[in-house]
Amino acid sequence: MALKESSNAIFSESPGKIALRTLRRDKRSIISLSILGFIVAISLLAPVYSHYVAHTDPFNSTLDATTTIGGKVVSVLQPSTTGLGLGVTPIGPTWNLRGYFLGADGQGRDVLARLLYGGRNTLLIGVSSGAICIFLALLIGVVAGYRKGWIDAILSRLLDVIWAFPVYLLAISLSVVLLTSGLTIGFIHLGPGSFALPIFIIGVVYIPYVARPIRAQVLALREREFVRAAVGIGAKDSTIIFREILPNIIPSVLVFIPIIVALCMLTESALSFLSIGVQPPQASWGTIINDGLALLYTRPLVGIAPGLLIVLTAASLNLYGDAVRDALDPKTRARGDA
Amino acid sequence: MRKRSRIITSIISTALLGASVLTGTNSALAADGGLAPYDPSHAGGTITLVAAAAAGTLDPKVNYTGQYWELYQATYDGLLAFKYADGKGSFEIVPDLATALPVFSNGEKTLTFTLRSGIKFSNGQPVTVADVKASFERIFKVSSPTAGSFYNGIVGATACLKVPATCNLDKGVVVDPKKNSIVINLVAPDETITSKLAVPHAAINPASSPSKDAGTTPIPTTGPYMYKSYDPNKELVMVRNPYFKEWSHDAQPQGYPDEIDYKFGITPTAQVTAVENNQANWVYDPIPADRLNEIGTKYASQVHVNPLTAMWYLPMNVNIAPFNNVRARQAVDYAIDRAAMVKIFGGTQLAAPVCSFLPPNFPGHVDYCGYTKGATPDKPAVSWTAPDLALAKKLVQESGTAGQAVGIVVSDDDVNKQMGVYLQSVLNSIGYKATVKPISGNIQFTYIQNTKNKVQISVTQWYQDYPAASDFLNVLLGCASFTPNSDSSINISGYCNRSFDTQMQTAMGLGLTNPTAGNKLWGQLDEQVMKDAPVAVAFTPKQLDFISSGTKNYHFSLQYKMFVDQLQTK
Repeated sequence: MALKESSNAIFSESPGKIALRTLRRDKRSIISLSILGFIVAISLLAPVYSHYVAHTDPFNSTLDATTTIGGKVVSVLQPSTTGLGLGVTPIGPTWNLRGYFLGADGQGRDVLARLLYGGRNTLLIGVSSGAICIFLALLIGVVAGYRKGWIDAILSRLLDVIWAFPVYLLAISLSVVLLTSGLTIGFIHLGPGSFALPIFIIGVVYIPYVARPIRAQVLALREREFVRAAVGIGAKDSTIIFREILPNIIPSVLVFIPIIVALCMLTESALSFLSIGVQPPQASWGTIINDGLALLYTRPLVGIAPGLLIVLTAASLNLYGDAVRDALDPKTRARGDA
Repeated sequence: MRKRSRIITSIISTALLGASVLTGTNSALAADGGLAPYDPSHAGGTITLVAAAAAGTLDPKVNYTGQYWELYQATYDGLLAFKYADGKGSFEIVPDLATALPVFSNGEKTLTFTLRSGIKFSNGQPVTVADVKASFERIFKVSSPTAGSFYNGIVGATACLKVPATCNLDKGVVVDPKKNSIVINLVAPDETITSKLAVPHAAINPASSPSKDAGTTPIPTTGPYMYKSYDPNKELVMVRNPYFKEWSHDAQPQGYPDEIDYKFGITPTAQVTAVENNQANWVYDPIPADRLNEIGTKYASQVHVNPLTAMWYLPMNVNIAPFNNVRARQAVDYAIDRAAMVKIFGGTQLAAPVCSFLPPNFPGHVDYCGYTKGATPDKPAVSWTAPDLALAKKLVQESGTAGQAVGIVVSDDDVNKQMGVYLQSVLNSIGYKATVKPISGNIQFTYIQNTKNKVQISVTQWYQDYPAASDFLNVLLGCASFTPNSDSSINISGYCNRSFDTQMQTAMGLGLTNPTAGNKLWGQLDEQVMKDAPVAVAFTPKQLDFISSGTKNYHFSLQYKMFVDQLQTK
């Protein structure tokens, strides 16, 4: 009797509501969203931290800066006083939020402040390029799958061309070319230091990975009875696409979103690590790892901290993607209910 | 000469020029400052040198890098050579393949040499006067980087520069096989001609050497070592030259190791570890910044620090905005914190801030700084003390260039990139919109020279070819060194001031008759040209050599740095 009531309740709700309810109960979803929420929140608070707490400018070199530790004023870049006195080492973590909590980098800048700003940029680029990728992939996939014929042939070959290149090789090539002189399309000019460039580059290279499965799904949906019925009653193409096709591919797209955002974020970090993503003095987690590479022996935290944040964010996004997939998949839900 | 993408990050000592080694020196010196006589009991073994990358062609007429000039000392010889000696003694020019220093005549325009007899190339062929003439012609045939700047004064050179393939120096280099004599005729007296004849580009090679860059194919040598194999991606192997017999201990002494292996493709940090573990004898590349303290404390006895006659500087393109405005250039000179740049380089033990073009303790150097707080180019201070950002901002506003975009081109290694980021911060703070463009160290130096690339400002270095003021001022700021649209335009700023050029010619002429007056004039020209600020000089670096604990007999020449062939493992 209880099972019957439960089943009635399920059938009376929309698939979206069921998925949301499932997600709210899923521990993976709760944990990953909490971590993501925390990272996003502290990243958004970057200006507050640097201006009102640490009183530091994370984008300007401050090689002659000082800070106070235990009542003593010390230089942020400390010349060696042992042996032959070779080298200058940035100050290590002070564990004091009022300044240099995680220490300084080679330019005397507060690592924590840059980490927070870096998080904003990495997340911004990850989400923006993910959004561009999903939007364009959806457009291409639906048009190609629905129209078929020569439009499909052209769009599919275009996707094949992009797919033919390894993602990182393509991203690196585009970055090297575009970051040298910027990108001009008509009256729109994107300067070499513009965030729009990495967003555009990363968004484009992942399009085939989303567009092809969508196209395949649309091709299959196009032959389904309900679509044929809509065609049969003389519905317009736009009506068929928006009312019959899109609602059926949205679940797949929703599953793609966290995974693509994670991939875009990782690609941004990789490009920035290679100095062809976010340009100085701006920061991203990738650029900070690059900065930390030169301090690996003396100040390993400069490289480790952004690395950990990348791992945490990417893992959380993937975990959340898994949870979304399970929540939207009726078969998985059915298994769960059983 | 510029080192290959080189940053000499390692380096210390506040010693003056001449105080060569800071610590752990085991050099054996002769009473005259030269090396002690050859001791066969220390001969043998293999010296292993490690570097991140090779330095390109092995051709001594073409290669223009400190990395291989350091090796050429032990392999190639010219008519003259810089003496194998520590410190300042290495600036002395001694006869090498010539029996004696040249006899000058014809108003200092003719140099007469006699070639030593009995010397053979490493392929067994005797060295003849025909080889000498062919070697000078080959300088032009292979378009040596210094053909137009060092050897353009030889009679017939102008035609050779125009049509290198058919270069003929019948009138410029006159040889007599019977007398074994060589006469070099110049179009005008040249105070630095003996120095120019002592550098590797004037080495004597077999007349049969190719008329083009020999690349990775070794050219037979005359020194104690010859090249056995060369793979720029892997290794360069040098072995003993079976035909070598020491003819002058000052010019070309016998070497100690049986073999010298130069391994490439090893990261700087791996190089340091290899030397610490006695798996290699010497590190070529700059010691990574985060390992300096480690080697300075744990391995202090293996660290050798020496001053260099070199500078890190920022050439500003005087022909394009915003630096076609003298106030904009002066603003940069005032704004840069030279002490901060020294910190990035590794600290005060490794470099010292300077403003003047000629390095400290160099012929013609004058202690002055027109671009420091409280000073002006017309009323300079004795030395740099602090930047003047307020004045820099004012100058930018007055120049009308505020808000303009400025691209900073740097090499993509850590130190240069850090310099670029620092400079970007400075330029932004005085009113520009600066971006940093790091590019591969293998091409950065030629990229910034070519006017096609429209480089506005860059970070680069200059190391002396020979100890004369003209090697800095005339080579780097002379009109003849500016060749638009060419990768070989060492006057990177594109600065060409005819009046200044004329005065430099006067200074060079004075060097022949009255060196003291000549050097004084060079000092005045240094101050004069810096009023136009075509460059901002940042600091003078020092050289750090890190050798393994089993390596002995370290010697440092101010001319070519460490004597690789004098290192001992026994």
